[in-house]
Amino acid sequence: MPIDRRLISHFDWTLLALAFALVCLGALTIYSATYSVTEHRASGLAMKQFYWFLFGVSAMVVAATLDYHHIDNVAYPMYGLTLVLLTVVYFTGHSGGGSQRWIHLGFFTLQPSEVAKLTIVLALTKFLQYDEPPGGYSLRELWVPFLLVGPLAVLTLIQPDLGTAIILVVVFFSLILMGGLRVRSFLYLAAAGVAFMPIAYHFLKPYQRNRIWTFLNPDLDPLGAGYHVIQSKIAVGSGRLFGKGFLNGTQNRLDFLPAQHTDFIFAVFAEEWGFIGCLILLALYFALMIAGLRVVARAKDRIGALLAFGVVAIFFWQVVINVAMVTGLMPVVGIPLPLLSYGGSSMVTMMVAVGLLINVSMRRFTF
Amino acid sequence: MITLGSQKEVPPEFRRRTQLLVGLVCVIFLFLFGRLLYLQVIDGERYTYLSENNRIRLKKVPGTRGMVFDRRGQLMVDSRPSFDLLFVPEDTREPEQTLRRLARYLGRPEEELLKTFRDDKYRAPFDEIALGKDVDWRTVVTVESHQLDLPGVSLRTRPRRNYLESGMAAHLMGYLGEIGPRQLKTQKANGYTMGDEIGQAGLERRWEEFLRGQSGGQQVEVDALGRRVRVLHEVEDVPGSNVVLTLDRDVQHAAQEAMQGKDGAIVALDVRTGAVLAMVSAPAFDPNVFARGVTGEEWRGYMNDRAHPMNNRAIQGQYPPGSTFKIVLSVAALEEGAIQPDTHLGCAGSMAFGNRVFRDWKKEGHGSVDLHRGIVQSCDVYFYQVGNKLGVDKIAKWARALGLGEKTGIDLDDEKPGLIPDSEWKLRRFKQPWFPGETPSIAIGQGYVTVTPLQMATMMSAVANGGTVYKPWFVRRVESLDGTVVREYGPEQVRSLTFKEGTLDNVRTALADVVASPEGTGGAARSQVVKIAGKTGTAQVTEMKGATVKSENLAYLVRDHAWFVSYAPADNPEIAVAVIVEHGGHGGSAAAPLAKKVIETYLETKSDKPPDEKQPPANKQLARAPGDDRAD
Repeated sequence: MPIDRRLISHFDWTLLALAFALVCLGALTIYSATYSVTEHRASGLAMKQFYWFLFGVSAMVVAATLDYHHIDNVAYPMYGLTLVLLTVVYFTGHSGGGSQRWIHLGFFTLQPSEVAKLTIVLALTKFLQYDEPPGGYSLRELWVPFLLVGPLAVLTLIQPDLGTAIILVVVFFSLILMGGLRVRSFLYLAAAGVAFMPIAYHFLKPYQRNRIWTFLNPDLDPLGAGYHVIQSKIAVGSGRLFGKGFLNGTQNRLDFLPAQHTDFIFAVFAEEWGFIGCLILLALYFALMIAGLRVVARAKDRIGALLAFGVVAIFFWQVVINVAMVTGLMPVVGIPLPLLSYGGSSMVTMMVAVGLLINVSMRRFTF
Repeated sequence: MITLGSQKEVPPEFRRRTQLLVGLVCVIFLFLFGRLLYLQVIDGERYTYLSENNRIRLKKVPGTRGMVFDRRGQLMVDSRPSFDLLFVPEDTREPEQTLRRLARYLGRPEEELLKTFRDDKYRAPFDEIALGKDVDWRTVVTVESHQLDLPGVSLRTRPRRNYLESGMAAHLMGYLGEIGPRQLKTQKANGYTMGDEIGQAGLERRWEEFLRGQSGGQQVEVDALGRRVRVLHEVEDVPGSNVVLTLDRDVQHAAQEAMQGKDGAIVALDVRTGAVLAMVSAPAFDPNVFARGVTGEEWRGYMNDRAHPMNNRAIQGQYPPGSTFKIVLSVAALEEGAIQPDTHLGCAGSMAFGNRVFRDWKKEGHGSVDLHRGIVQSCDVYFYQVGNKLGVDKIAKWARALGLGEKTGIDLDDEKPGLIPDSEWKLRRFKQPWFPGETPSIAIGQGYVTVTPLQMATMMSAVANGGTVYKPWFVRRVESLDGTVVREYGPEQVRSLTFKEGTLDNVRTALADVVASPEGTGGAARSQVVKIAGKTGTAQVTEMKGATVKSENLAYLVRDHAWFVSYAPADNPEIAVAVIVEHGGHGGSAAAPLAKKVIETYLETKSDKPPDEKQPPANKQLARAPGDDRAD
């Protein structure tokens, strides 16, 4: 298929620039987070993340180039593949940090739950692409999406990866709301959600329950679960207006922060760059959301709009939940900060997500 | 361009929804900004203060381990407070100067302290260096009173395990050790962290989940000199549950005393339940040494000791049973009808079989011997013939039925099964059939047969109690601090044998006469207080352990092992005792007096205080209390 010249002229440079800027900040922060005081050098993780970024760029180019209407054919096979991968993780997965999330693939490890985020968006976009019934979908008409999200969420939850499972569920609900849900159905769902909470609590792992309780009352376990939140708040707060400067975050350097290069990377950033730095970082994310929503509004067709919206939802929820968790507004759940946190699978998935946004954006005028 | 039939125009509602979403994103991001503004600008000063030199320290207070009591509530193991001397170099400007001052106050050589400090290169900043563990009171008082001159120096209390009598039932109690890296990996989920103590063997290991307390701790704000300013958060530590054993401290003590200076093992069981009353393995180690942290040198010492003090001989020592095996032969022969009690067989001091001559221990022979005399005088030739009549497979069948050749299943690690050979085993092991010429050795407990002292005590219990083989057990119950029963244990039958009428009576009468009759081999066990029944045994040490035996030890190492297995009172048995004294020589003289001492002590304790058996009602009421609600 020859590349239409209009595609290039409509290329969304803003999205690309925003994504690259975030990745750069991420690399810098990973470098700092893994910098060793005693050896005066960083571990190779920042470099490794950079290679993942390069790989992510190629994946993004592919995701941007192929016409997004293909997802009609791709979505369900990809769903099947994700389901298989998650099942493989369940049986043979490689464990790290107390849960089983990775598959060893020779020179790298794959985290299928990251892929599942995109899979959910693709599958739901495919299902919801047709005009919504007048007044919106009723719950009975949505049994297929529920059936789709269920296995993925459960398989992720039992790894256990509560964070990603939550993302899968909130992205799912965001999409069916966007796709058009009857007001009454929405109320039913909300009621069911409230009723479900005690049941869900019952199935949580002890450490996850601890996190909820310590969030509600940090005094309960200041040495365990509460400790992380307290130390993370100290890191963020002590950054003050201008931060302590690159490589100077003491909370980070003295290993008081948990998962400092992954889920708590925002705390490292906030400590070293202060409120001004955070303002810039969050402004970049904010700009990414708004640019993404602009793509949604300008999309040529319903399928494109839903796809773009799904991607924005992934970004939005991850950023909001992660920052809220690090600043002590929410219980601790393991959710990476997109494009910033260390992690190959996450990096590539998020780059593909940006690629899909660009894809929808540059095809808005083609007919 | 592909055109798909499904393509739909963006509905106008999407525009409206998108506008709504932009608003939503704005609001939520404003909220996040607000939070950051609060944390970093408004409250920033406070957090800066907290982060400077990280003023928040975690002080972990390990939970006190549960105590261990004997069956009559006598304390055997507890924990006592101890102090560790710690130093955080970051809390003082001149660490070496501070250490010199400390050395002067304590009267310890400066170099020693400085060396500990300098050697600790891989320490993370603000981590403490342990200058001394379990330091004495003088050190505590000195450090407390000079606190202002000694920035960075502090004391930490931690409970230390205290085994009341050094080495008392050491192998059964086990020992504690710092959790290792591999253990930590698997135990992390259970809340263990670096530096925690965990049961590494014996009771301490098997009952770890009950004994261990829950660590508490404090999150303390300290000043620039590491001194505590205030406690930010505190979690109370919770002591572990107490364990009540079936062991009797006095019986155990007596057994240990009897074993003093010897190598070997003593096991005493309650024949009615299989409960362990005493278990001694000598030589023993001192668990207190492990509790304070065993040094590499001490560990190597234990490991290289030729007497293997870490081995629990009671369950890991596999010895030929010698003549004590004749009890098994007698039961088997009567049950299989190979002989009658009054079957007389001749003994001329030896027996020729094939091209071999099997000797009796008595050169001149015993003359015409029936079962009773065979047992009482331990006539080898009589049992050679009984063995031949039975054949190895029937011997094996009854030996196994009585609990030999298999692990007893006691809740201790690395129990050994011993070995009861039969023709099938021989074929499997050596690819050879069983030769009849091998049976006579088996019949007197030599050859391939090996047993553990615990197995012999179990076998004796079964003979004494009418044929029930119990799984030996030693924990009666676990109690929480307020005395509520957390878990209760009781006897567990492995199997119950039924015998022909008269089988056990005949054997028991003979066993009683081994001790009581002037002709018996076990006269040394005769007691003024109680009628004891038993059987002596002398196990020939055929194999040398290792080839490098020094000549001066040779005589000792080839000397026979002395056995005595017994129960008492002979007419209404309560306690079974198995004794082995390694290289002790003759069972009658070397082992029998030890068993007698244990049995006599047991009977004394019975009249002393009401034994535990009478206490359970009170506890049972406690345990049953909730159920009373549904009565009627």
